[in-house]
Amino acid sequence: MSLINSKVNDFVVRFANVNGSGSASANFLFTKAIFRMGIFVTPKNIFPSNIQGLPTWYEVRISEKGYLGRREGIDLMVCVNPQSMASDVAAVKPGGYFLYDSSKNLHDQYIRDDIHYIAIPLMEMCNHAFTDPRQRQLFKNIIYVGALSALFDIEFQMLENLLAEQFKGKEKLIPANIKALNLGIEWVHQNHNYPLDIRVERRDLIGNKIMIDGNAACGLGAVYAGASVAAWYPITPSTSVVEAFASFCDSYRVDPFTGKKNVAIVQAEDELSAIGMVIGANWNGARSFTSTSGPGLSLMNEFLGLAYFAEVPAVLIDVQRTGPSTGMPTRTQQSDILLAAYASHGDTKHVLLFPSTPKECFELTVDAFDLADELQTPVILMTDLDLGMNDHISESLEWDDDRVYQKGKVLDAKALEKIDKFGRYLDIDGDGIAYRTYPATHPSKGSFFTRGSSRDEYATYTEDSAAYKRNVDRLIKKWNTAKNKVPLPQLYQDKNVSSIGMLFFGTSMFSAQEAMDLLKDQGLVVDAIRLRAFPFNQTVLDFIDVHERVFVIEQNRDAQMKSLLTIELQIDPKKLISVLNYDGMPITADTIINSMKESTFVASKIKKIA
Amino acid sequence: MSYIRPKFRHPELPKNALGYSVDYYEGALSTLCAGCGHDSISAGVVQACFEMNIEPHRLAKLSGIGCSSKTPAYFLSNSHGFNSVHGRMPSVATGANLANRDLIYFGVSGDGDTASIGMGQFVHVIRRNINMIYIVMNNGCYGLTKGQDSATADNGSKNKTGVMNAYESIDLASLAIELGATFVAQSFSGDKAQLVPLIKAGMQHPGFAFINVISPCVTFNNNVGSTKSYDYVRQHIEATSTVDFVPEMPEITTTYESGGIQKIGMHDGSSVHLHKIAQDWNPLDRQSAMNAVMVSKKNNEILTGLLFMDPNAKDLHHLLKTNETPLNLLSQSTLCPGSEMLKHINEDFR
Repeated sequence: MSLINSKVNDFVVRFANVNGSGSASANFLFTKAIFRMGIFVTPKNIFPSNIQGLPTWYEVRISEKGYLGRREGIDLMVCVNPQSMASDVAAVKPGGYFLYDSSKNLHDQYIRDDIHYIAIPLMEMCNHAFTDPRQRQLFKNIIYVGALSALFDIEFQMLENLLAEQFKGKEKLIPANIKALNLGIEWVHQNHNYPLDIRVERRDLIGNKIMIDGNAACGLGAVYAGASVAAWYPITPSTSVVEAFASFCDSYRVDPFTGKKNVAIVQAEDELSAIGMVIGANWNGARSFTSTSGPGLSLMNEFLGLAYFAEVPAVLIDVQRTGPSTGMPTRTQQSDILLAAYASHGDTKHVLLFPSTPKECFELTVDAFDLADELQTPVILMTDLDLGMNDHISESLEWDDDRVYQKGKVLDAKALEKIDKFGRYLDIDGDGIAYRTYPATHPSKGSFFTRGSSRDEYATYTEDSAAYKRNVDRLIKKWNTAKNKVPLPQLYQDKNVSSIGMLFFGTSMFSAQEAMDLLKDQGLVVDAIRLRAFPFNQTVLDFIDVHERVFVIEQNRDAQMKSLLTIELQIDPKKLISVLNYDGMPITADTIINSMKESTFVASKIKKIA
Repeated sequence: MSYIRPKFRHPELPKNALGYSVDYYEGALSTLCAGCGHDSISAGVVQACFEMNIEPHRLAKLSGIGCSSKTPAYFLSNSHGFNSVHGRMPSVATGANLANRDLIYFGVSGDGDTASIGMGQFVHVIRRNINMIYIVMNNGCYGLTKGQDSATADNGSKNKTGVMNAYESIDLASLAIELGATFVAQSFSGDKAQLVPLIKAGMQHPGFAFINVISPCVTFNNNVGSTKSYDYVRQHIEATSTVDFVPEMPEITTTYESGGIQKIGMHDGSSVHLHKIAQDWNPLDRQSAMNAVMVSKKNNEILTGLLFMDPNAKDLHHLLKTNETPLNLLSQSTLCPGSEMLKHINEDFR
């Protein structure tokens, strides 16, 4: 048996559970207790498209250095699911630990001589301590959390506090939970060495950070952005965006005097209808959004083309999952990029925003509404399952009370009075953005006919080639205006120091940053840029231009962002080297480094330095 | 183009209570075929809005794609219009209505736009009872693509090339009644006397008002053997009643008098007067309405008039309990919880 080094605040625990067995709240209790001890922790829910019965995993990485990406290699496996035991045993790193329910003997085939076994008779203990069948089921999970708290040195007070918060108003449920925790703790105290070499120690690394999932942050962003109409169709992994929005609206969008709601939320019959409602509401001057995932985005294509051409604002939150078709609906990917960028037939392009953290989910959702109104076009927030559905440690959310909603060029009755003849599609300011009006603004001025077919500057139907061309050329002018309105990319250096650049976006950020650190340790310094929006700002082209090679890190098979960069910036594709991860699991730093080292360009550099 | 409309207007055209003459309610020149039933319906819309003293800018007209969906350009040029995508007008109208509950929403669709590509949205807009009027200009064929049968073409009806339609037709009026629509009427584009009051009542109805208007396609479906030709419809039409829409009548009554006039009170005090013809039909009873439609269908008759109405309809805003103030008028201070509140929200995630 090999020994592993003492690893304080640096290990990975994976819980192997049965879906629907109540493990989620117990596992979250474990994660949150470590978070409360001031230590960086990042959980990933690896769940099936199923409500009850199939294997589900919850993976927690604890990182002193604050790495929030996923890491391969399980240091301790908590296995309470016989269905997945064979692969769960195999997944443990040599020298790691396998905690299992020893109410039944472990079959010989599960015995490895290079890992440690921690036997706890969870079922027996539960059956002995509790009489209610539901409690017997649920408290198995709480007992292993208790056991882990002893093995990892988690402060009991943190667990107690969390239970008190969880059961506020239902206090009579607390003692049974405490009892279950203590059962696990006592079992470890009497039967095992503790704490383990892998354990936690209180730190003060968290500050005022929060732990929140990206979908909740998007939903809250929509509240702060003033969205008053939401239309949606349930689809994993985007469902919780509107659910969170609705829940926040219950608190913040009820008129205190009348009890009436300052919001309308409609579950549509499909995604086509959802985006149609969003377009209708935005056309009529209410901020409106929908959220969906790949299959829904496919369905929304026709309407997105209409909104682009008719110049109606719309906000769409795309929580990406694996495709094509239904793909793996509960696994993550960044594979809707090209579909979103060029959604719909004809010459169309859409503004995309790429958040990397819950804080950015909040902020970019608010920005999306401003941009949609200012540019009079759909804006798609490109998040993914990993960011949307997993809890992330994030900077706290902030709101500037001086911020004023940017509703763009909308004429009111007073402004219309001053105009001789209103032209909906006249480019008065030369930026490609025309002035619009909402219905009911003025009795005799400002009305116009919105349509997807060709029209002239006064919104009159025409099939005149010159008028059509003027219109679509103006849309490109507007597109160029957008390049300087969208959020700028994040540059990781004031001055470029390397001939190698890394380019990434969205949830690849965590592992990309970790990879940069690890490469630095190996003597290779790389420059980096994180995209936050499409269309690309000049900064992106400048970054690519000054580097010999740029590694484009993305989570899809076909290098969609590389394609987009190549097409839109006229870059030699050979200059961009793809680092791809598309198995449905969040990308890891190891994947990035190994992939980069396959390139002779990097290999030679590292060798040279070595 | 149907007709050339002279720009000249008689200086003493009658004016309505708002001081507008009827030409104020007109739109651009129609580009539909001369004699198209749709143009008659557009004229009916113009007349109804004129007589109802509608402020055109307080009305939004929406449509999908097709000949019928072009018509909103041909009436009410002082209203905002939205010619959306094929079969999806109901969702756009729903969103628009949610944004501002105070306007009149005037939806125009066709039989292809509603009964085929838009069937899903049609069904659900009824289910949600959006406060809007929804007119289907129903000619049983696809005009803009040159005469293919639509899903409302009757079984056995012959198209222009003499081919008989082998499929069952979708009857939109009975479907709407069955789905729970709160106002269902049927009419004929050639019967303006019946159509105009129906449009008025539909606009006033506090929920989803559906009017299926048989509107013959002169170019592709006006041939012998077609059950949607002018001749066929004129020969097979049967009216449930003659209809009068009486605005702002203080009297509200739903008492039914056999053979007499039935007044149905609306919430704003206006009322619909029905001069009832069919003896065994009660417009306030869904089952009776359904039965009347079925019986006339069996007799190869097209039953027209107001078929069913629930004057106490509750629209989507009632179901969602939205504020009386239109959502698009809410200020940032009402919508945005502000920074102090966000500090508290952050606490919940620590």
